Amino acid sequence: MDKKSFKGYLYLLPSIIIMVCFTLYPLVRAIIMSFLGDYSIINDSYNSIGFENYKALFSDPDFGKSLINTAIYVVCVVPASIILSLLFAVLINSCKKLKALFQTIYFLPYVTSVIAIGIVWRWMFNSNYGLINYVLSIFGVEPIQWLNLPEYAMPALIIFAIWKSMAFNILIFLAGLQTIPEDLYRAARIDSTPRLRVFTRITVPSLAPMIVYSSVIGMIGAFKVYNEVFSLFQGKAGPANSAMTIVYYIYDKFYNSYKYGVAAAGSVVLFLIILALTQIQLKVTGGRKK
Amino acid sequence: MKSNRKIANIIAEVLKYVILIAGSVFTILPFVWMISSSLKTPAELVQVPPALFPEVPQWLNYKSAWEAAPFARYLVNTIIVTICTTAGVLVTTVLSAFAFSRLNFPGKKTVFSLFLATLMIPGEMLIITNYETIIKLKWIDSYRAMIVPWISSAFYIYLLTRFFMQVPESLYLAAKVDKCSDFKYMIKIMVPMNKQAIFSIAILNIISSWNAFLWPLLVTNSQEMRVLSNGLVRFQTEAGSSTELIMAASCILVMPIIIIYLFLRKYIIEGVTRSGLKG
Repeated sequence: MDKKSFKGYLYLLPSIIIMVCFTLYPLVRAIIMSFLGDYSIINDSYNSIGFENYKALFSDPDFGKSLINTAIYVVCVVPASIILSLLFAVLINSCKKLKALFQTIYFLPYVTSVIAIGIVWRWMFNSNYGLINYVLSIFGVEPIQWLNLPEYAMPALIIFAIWKSMAFNILIFLAGLQTIPEDLYRAARIDSTPRLRVFTRITVPSLAPMIVYSSVIGMIGAFKVYNEVFSLFQGKAGPANSAMTIVYYIYDKFYNSYKYGVAAAGSVVLFLIILALTQIQLKVTGGRKK
Repeated sequence: MKSNRKIANIIAEVLKYVILIAGSVFTILPFVWMISSSLKTPAELVQVPPALFPEVPQWLNYKSAWEAAPFARYLVNTIIVTICTTAGVLVTTVLSAFAFSRLNFPGKKTVFSLFLATLMIPGEMLIITNYETIIKLKWIDSYRAMIVPWISSAFYIYLLTRFFMQVPESLYLAAKVDKCSDFKYMIKIMVPMNKQAIFSIAILNIISSWNAFLWPLLVTNSQEMRVLSNGLVRFQTEAGSSTELIMAASCILVMPIIIIYLFLRKYIIEGVTRSGLKG
């Protein structure tokens, strides 16, 4: 009996070891580190215990800027991406022959390296020879210094991020559309209900759980944005740190300024934000299962 | 009245395709632009208006980029890390999913909840202390450092457990009567019955390992240990203004995954959809 009961742990052992060493231990350690003043990972030394790192964090204008930028990013990218994805998903779904082709095309950004494609976007945003400024010039728009002026850094990042994030949303909405009973649409067709009304009265309400789910997933992803910034601004956070995000701030403090405690404190703040968002997500998906 | 409706329908149909094609162009434009720029001459790159395609494709750009930095070495490193990580993930995921779905042991529910709870922890938070761990283990600049932390994923375990649960319990009981061991049952029955789900997990993991950027950047110092994504960024800083070479190098990183995607998109799309709808 004893032999049997613990056999399960034998199967779980590899996963448990990895999880304890690389997930649970670092979590606890990061929280502890966030309370140690002037902590150094080279010799484990620190000179105080308390809220020093958190004070430094919240009095640093760069962290404030990173919070504001991340908020702007979330508010712009998530709704725009959801609305566009919804439109494209509905249109793709109504195609008969080309549905698979369109699905393949629209999902492509999801699988590609953000770093490589960010470098391509950097080239397209080039103010002198970039494709984007050329297309705008056809409409009489003067060349925009996308990557060199602080006021255009966030818009450039947001355009890139919307492009990248639509793929996942379209996929989820397409899957959701399959679950809407065909009868609903048939009934609407018999009553010759206008298309727009069908969309607002049948499609959107039926997809509501997926829309909320995609929004929360999108928000969690947006709070963690880093690779997009790194590749678009060649390792920097935009001109004059104008595209500084929370995760960029954390890594910068950790990797470039060796302020481990402050970086840990920043990551605890990030953790709390993600935790709050996950609770919303669990409420939504939990409600759906019932 | 009726013909009016017909015309309206045709207009709607045309409009639909116009929007879908415009969206497709927007989606694949960066890829097309990457490939076309990688084949242009320096003069063609700065030409206004820009040409969609080069007059004569400069295939030599690829050779120049390939020789300008040790991309062969980066490619080998990327393949080693991707294969080892994915193999590790498959082994730990199958073992754990089997334990959670079929075996009984004290504290099973608690351990499962604990695994699920770790999904809420942002990986970005763990990187600082994991880096510290790697330094203390003296694993810096080794394959181990890039592989070991990633050979188990609570997310895939959760996903595969759900698949394993769908296999009827009666099969397991029948196998027990026939004195089939748990391990044998797992290998001979569970794995083959869920091979499509396992395959999806493998491909999704290959994609994420291949595209990994920050962790390999942190834990490697030497050029010999660099993976493609890190090598590309380094090359971009070093190559300065040779945009055509940078674009060729980007293609080297992106194309293998696009080829895998085009051939195996069914598994990828299904895997992401399932994880999305159930996650």
